Amino acid sequence: MNNALPAVLCVLLGIACACGLESSQVSVSKTDRIEVQYWEKWTGEEMEAMKRIVDKFNASQSEIHVKYLSVSGIADKTLLATSGGTPPDIAGLWGDQVVQFVDLNALTDLSDLAKDAGVVEENYIPAYWSICSAYGRLYALPTSPGSGALYVNRQLVPPQYASPETFPKTISEFNKFAEQTDRRDPSGKLLVASFMPRDGWGLWNMPYVFGDGFLQDGQINVNGKDDLEAWTWVKSFTDRYGVTETKSFRSGFGNYSSPQNPFLSGKLATYADGPWFSNYIRMFKPSMDWFAVPFPYPDNHPELAGFSTMNLNTLVIPKGAKHAREAFRFLAFVQEQKNMEQLCMDQQCNSPLSNSSQKFLTSHPNKAIALFDKLAKSSRAVPPVPLGIRAQIGSEVGNAVDQMELGELTPQAALDQAQSRLVAMWAKYQQQVLGK
Amino acid sequence: MRSNRQNVIGLLFASPWILGMAIFLFYPVISSLYFSFTSYSILKPPVWIGLSNYQELMQDEIFLKALSNTLIICAASVPLTTALAICLALLLNTKRKGISLYRTLFYIPSLVPTVALAVLWLWIFNGQYGLLNEGLSKFGIKAVPWLTDPSWAKATLIMISMWGCGNAMVIYLAGLQDVPQSLYEAGELDGASAWQKTKSITLPMISPVIQFNVIMGIIGSLQTFALPFVMFPGGQPARSTYVVAMYLYDNAFLYQRMGYASAMGWVLFLATMVLSWISLRLGDRHVHYGGGA
Repeated sequence: MNNALPAVLCVLLGIACACGLESSQVSVSKTDRIEVQYWEKWTGEEMEAMKRIVDKFNASQSEIHVKYLSVSGIADKTLLATSGGTPPDIAGLWGDQVVQFVDLNALTDLSDLAKDAGVVEENYIPAYWSICSAYGRLYALPTSPGSGALYVNRQLVPPQYASPETFPKTISEFNKFAEQTDRRDPSGKLLVASFMPRDGWGLWNMPYVFGDGFLQDGQINVNGKDDLEAWTWVKSFTDRYGVTETKSFRSGFGNYSSPQNPFLSGKLATYADGPWFSNYIRMFKPSMDWFAVPFPYPDNHPELAGFSTMNLNTLVIPKGAKHAREAFRFLAFVQEQKNMEQLCMDQQCNSPLSNSSQKFLTSHPNKAIALFDKLAKSSRAVPPVPLGIRAQIGSEVGNAVDQMELGELTPQAALDQAQSRLVAMWAKYQQQVLGK
Repeated sequence: MRSNRQNVIGLLFASPWILGMAIFLFYPVISSLYFSFTSYSILKPPVWIGLSNYQELMQDEIFLKALSNTLIICAASVPLTTALAICLALLLNTKRKGISLYRTLFYIPSLVPTVALAVLWLWIFNGQYGLLNEGLSKFGIKAVPWLTDPSWAKATLIMISMWGCGNAMVIYLAGLQDVPQSLYEAGELDGASAWQKTKSITLPMISPVIQFNVIMGIIGSLQTFALPFVMFPGGQPARSTYVVAMYLYDNAFLYQRMGYASAMGWVLFLATMVLSWISLRLGDRHVHYGGGA
């Protein structure tokens, strides 16, 4: 027993030495370049695409080395690391998180750095620049963006609608098309649905198809006339198919990125999604004959044509990053047209830049890329709601639409309930987070 | 002197555990109690708001809905899982050829990671192609929308929770093997049937084990998170599967309301304490300790 204390001390000393050795090995392996830590959410092909840009940057540098690290749950981890004073130098956030992070005082203001580097608003599609900005300042820079359009499976639609030119342009034309496209078996079981307004990317923004959407004069307004009209239209599909049949049909839908995706498996004739979706068609249903069109607009309101949901992957520099200036040099490098187009091409997205090269548009793997580019520039392009409670808006509206579809509440009652909850949440957020 | 030295050595050996508990358990628990009385959004200093978070919780319809979902799932899944685990343990407590293999086979499902399990169940309960509906159709039963109908979605979660009964089953099995054989022999001499022996000997003798498993089951089901989180994002349909742990997570990491989420955590803790206490009190009347005075 007398020998136990020295033994314990020896063990502790051994552990300390091992730690010291490890740390000294790390320092030996470091180059004399400044290492910029870059956390990104991507894995697989998207990660490889960004890694090529990182490698290109590193090869062009003698002072900075960017180290790419794929991180799951990036928003939570970035926030917690920032809170703990050890944030990465760069983080890849989704565009719809920027405002909330700004409200939490988690991001570095990039306005002056961007100005000095010649990164200016005029070079970008306005909706994408707006996603990167909050309260008149710039807090993020774009990587690969998205805009939404309607993919159509030519083999599943009646011949009179089977081209972008003849596809319905207005909501009433689309309703007629839907009735002619739905297919049922003799027992009434749905085999092919023309469209499922709850399944697809960006359809949560449906009220914007009909007008003002979730905000009116900067205030939350999810129960206005446009909202009611939009969700009533959405509900009309459930009413037509029948609640039970809709539930049964939708419950057969498989994962988004799989051959069981309802559009890829031939259950849906149309599907709203971003430019990247052509990659899934290529992977899982290469024989599909498809085209893409803009979403229809309400009758007698051609000024509302060109609706498109927008979102964006962004690069931000968290508050407290050790190498903010060096990090920004990488951000600026990504913004160079040839690099941005390489990244967007490899990730099968449109470009956030206001001018795309001819080569980008002609050699892009998505044959409809010009349409996605055009929709991104449309005055009806809808960026995420620029409020820190965007997630709550999505949750409340989604629940309201569930309730109206299931017949638990009328559309007006469901939206009124969501509105009243959201107003309270916004007041609380303003008081507790914004300090108003 | 020797005693002091031994104490120091003992503490040194125990220090990794003590430090670990202090840093990773006691500190977060005490912090969360403090945060529950504050408005705290992680990057800004917490601001003391007294009982506001708790008052808000009592009026928060979403929280009350999530709490009711959680309690319903707990009330249904704990008795069902307990009954199933006891039945399996009784079956596997017989002396038959290859019984160890059967025991292993019934325990293995408990080892499957929850997320992998959730993906598997999504396929089994798929409304159109699912194995379950396919089986039911053989008996002329119409396809059930397990995942898309609010009433069925909750039932689906309850059924799935029974999948993990293997852990409890192993504990029951150990309890069953502790039941003195002489009691069964006495029962047989008195002409007791198999059911009478189970009711009057087996169940009373393993009642402390049942009580332990019920309490553990209550604690586990009140903390249900991963399965509904993966299978029913956002608690769909119509928040019918939205449980307290999901709402807590959303508030902490999606809405950045860490103070509110902490208050929610403490309310859940109190609910767990109360239910566990009730189980213990009920146990006073029904739990039989064979070795007790």
